[in-house]
Amino acid sequence: MRRRMRRGRGETVAVNLRAGGGLSRSSPRPYRGAVQQGVGLSPSLRRRLTALAFLLPLLGYLGAFYLYPLYRNLDLSLRDYTVRSFVAGDAPFSGWDNFRTVLDDPTFGPAMRHTMVFTFVSIAFQYVIGLALAVFFNRHFRLAPTLRALFLIPWLLPLIVSASTWSWMFNSESGVVNYFLHFFGVDPVGWLTSPDWALTSVIVANIWIGIPFNLVIIYSGLQNIPGELYEAAALDGAGAWQQFRRITFPLLRPVSAITLLLGLVYTLKVFDLIWIMTKGGPGDSSSTLATWSYQLGFGTLLPKFGPGAAVGNILILIALVFGLLYIRVQRRQEA
Amino acid sequence: MIPTRLTLLAAVAAVGTLASLTACGGGSSSSDSSGSAGGSYTFWDPYPQFDASSAWGKLVTSCGTKAGVKLKRTAYDTTDLGNKALLAAQQGNAPDVMLVDNPVVSTLVEAGILNKTSDLGLDTSSIQKNIIGAGTIDNASYGVPIGANTLALYYNKKILTAAGVDPASVKDWNSLTAALKKVESAGKKGITFSAINTEEGSFQFLPWFWGAGGDLTKLNSAKGVAALSLWKQWVDEGYAPKDVLQNTQTTSWQEFATGDYAFGENGTWQLGNADKAGFDYGIINIPGQNGGSAPVPTGGEFVTVPVQKDTGRYDVSKKIVTCLTSDANLLPTDTTLQYVAPTAAVQAEQVKQNPKLKPWVSAVAAARGRTSGGLGTKYPTISQPMWTAVQAALSGSKSPQDAMDAAQDAAGKG
Repeated sequence: MRRRMRRGRGETVAVNLRAGGGLSRSSPRPYRGAVQQGVGLSPSLRRRLTALAFLLPLLGYLGAFYLYPLYRNLDLSLRDYTVRSFVAGDAPFSGWDNFRTVLDDPTFGPAMRHTMVFTFVSIAFQYVIGLALAVFFNRHFRLAPTLRALFLIPWLLPLIVSASTWSWMFNSESGVVNYFLHFFGVDPVGWLTSPDWALTSVIVANIWIGIPFNLVIIYSGLQNIPGELYEAAALDGAGAWQQFRRITFPLLRPVSAITLLLGLVYTLKVFDLIWIMTKGGPGDSSSTLATWSYQLGFGTLLPKFGPGAAVGNILILIALVFGLLYIRVQRRQEA
Repeated sequence: MIPTRLTLLAAVAAVGTLASLTACGGGSSSSDSSGSAGGSYTFWDPYPQFDASSAWGKLVTSCGTKAGVKLKRTAYDTTDLGNKALLAAQQGNAPDVMLVDNPVVSTLVEAGILNKTSDLGLDTSSIQKNIIGAGTIDNASYGVPIGANTLALYYNKKILTAAGVDPASVKDWNSLTAALKKVESAGKKGITFSAINTEEGSFQFLPWFWGAGGDLTKLNSAKGVAALSLWKQWVDEGYAPKDVLQNTQTTSWQEFATGDYAFGENGTWQLGNADKAGFDYGIINIPGQNGGSAPVPTGGEFVTVPVQKDTGRYDVSKKIVTCLTSDANLLPTDTTLQYVAPTAAVQAEQVKQNPKLKPWVSAVAAARGRTSGGLGTKYPTISQPMWTAVQAALSGSKSPQDAMDAAQDAAGKG
């Protein structure tokens, strides 16, 4: 905030100078007076309006693609939509009824639990593995760039491809995972067909997909840590582990925070991966809020837009809470 | 502080402008579609596998030409079409003619966006009652079936012979389970079907549910539970693979096509693939619990005419529907789609051309619509808990009785 004010004042000076210079020959003062009298706008207000004009496209974009959909979603969740009133557009306002329906639904508890487990376990593993790999690749050995590039593949593949491949690998009858286990004398596991394993399987796939993101961000964070620190630490006799604990990890804190928060928001709303692999099944043993919301809105022949939107809003709310938490933590760090 | 307030103001203003802009946009586009589209009509179907050069694509174009208009065809994924239609109707630009999956018809009727066939003056008297039943709500029909498909059991002749099973001996559930046991002990796999948690899973479960005498309004009756217990027994004993829980009807077919499975529950539409599978196959009707053929659900699409603001368009739409569903066109269409025709006359022609269709024609004659019998839009609210119950029981998280109890609870809440 403070910085922006200062820049603002700087611009003021520059503009004044330019105006004065350009119009100095044809007596600037009457000109400026004419503007003030004619249009009735002070220069500072004009500048604000100009700035606003520049902002308008962005605001328009935000309004059309963020605010309006959010508003529509909220509206959907607060009205009693049937297919008939959806088409006619005369759904009666029903207050919190949709939210109550959703909260009373026996699917809500498990879906909430699965969402939390899915999110936190995924992020924990993605972060730890991403961090380990980043530290590893930061040692600049031969082939490091090539190997690092290979690790990015999960990120580059279309999700439908990777999710279908995982689903095929985890197949209980002909999947390669069970085939592999068979060599160690392990009985076939119903990875996607057993209620005990389905959630684990989608988490494993999601961790694999999320590692590159963590790797890239943390790796770039590592580049910003000055090498002298490590040299000094080495002179003081710090071992590899101590260097990591006392230098790398603390200095990575801001990068880690943003990685974890972004990961959180991305993971909370993961839908396609689960939908392709299990459709939330068997039963509802791998359904999360995201898949349930889709299931309600589009998964059956008779769409339930209201409850579906309500679940979506709950999801947004959870993401928002974590986002605010992040901002608070960041403020405290800066202070 | 002032800049913040200004930004906020600007944001509000921007949103306001946009909202009014979108409102204008919506209005103008809907008036466009009804006003200026003189010689051009729109047609939606769920057959993305057929492009404009296919027999189906050409038929659609020619029916438009015969009606004197240019018919613009758009193909959507079948699961997508229902929602697309609702959205289009909300925006006031529904297509002139639309082909939809039969259980979707009652949802669209509930939304009030389909015309009655009687209002349009379409003649549906030659259509078999049970086939048009899925599109009949309160004694009024809202579409003309283009064809019907349904389920039966494909069997692999070689495996059954090797296991010493005579397919003619499979007459009820007990004899079928006994046959599966024999196949299993001969080292082959028993049966594959689709128990996925979508409408497909319910579609495949219904022959067994109805075959036990089950009633969709009472999922947890002893009869419904018996059907679920049968499937569970097969999965538990290894007669059916665990991945039936993930199988769509297509992947289930692929399993059967490996040649390792004795039986596969699948539909008419796989006949073409069956000839390519490279082994001898036969077809039997799905047996009821105590013998006889189980009632099977009808599949297949209905030609419907969505409500338009400009009612003058219906005359041409009617011509297009009549063309698409005329006996002369039904025969090649249903041959292409591998469907059974909805009229007795065309069915007889079909069997004459391809005797292999005979068991399918009798299966279709015994089939019922999922939304028939006054269920209408109640069916989707029953089907979803039902497929969830099937999943819960087969995966072992609930007993068949508990699963069906929970399903009945959920269906009751609607």
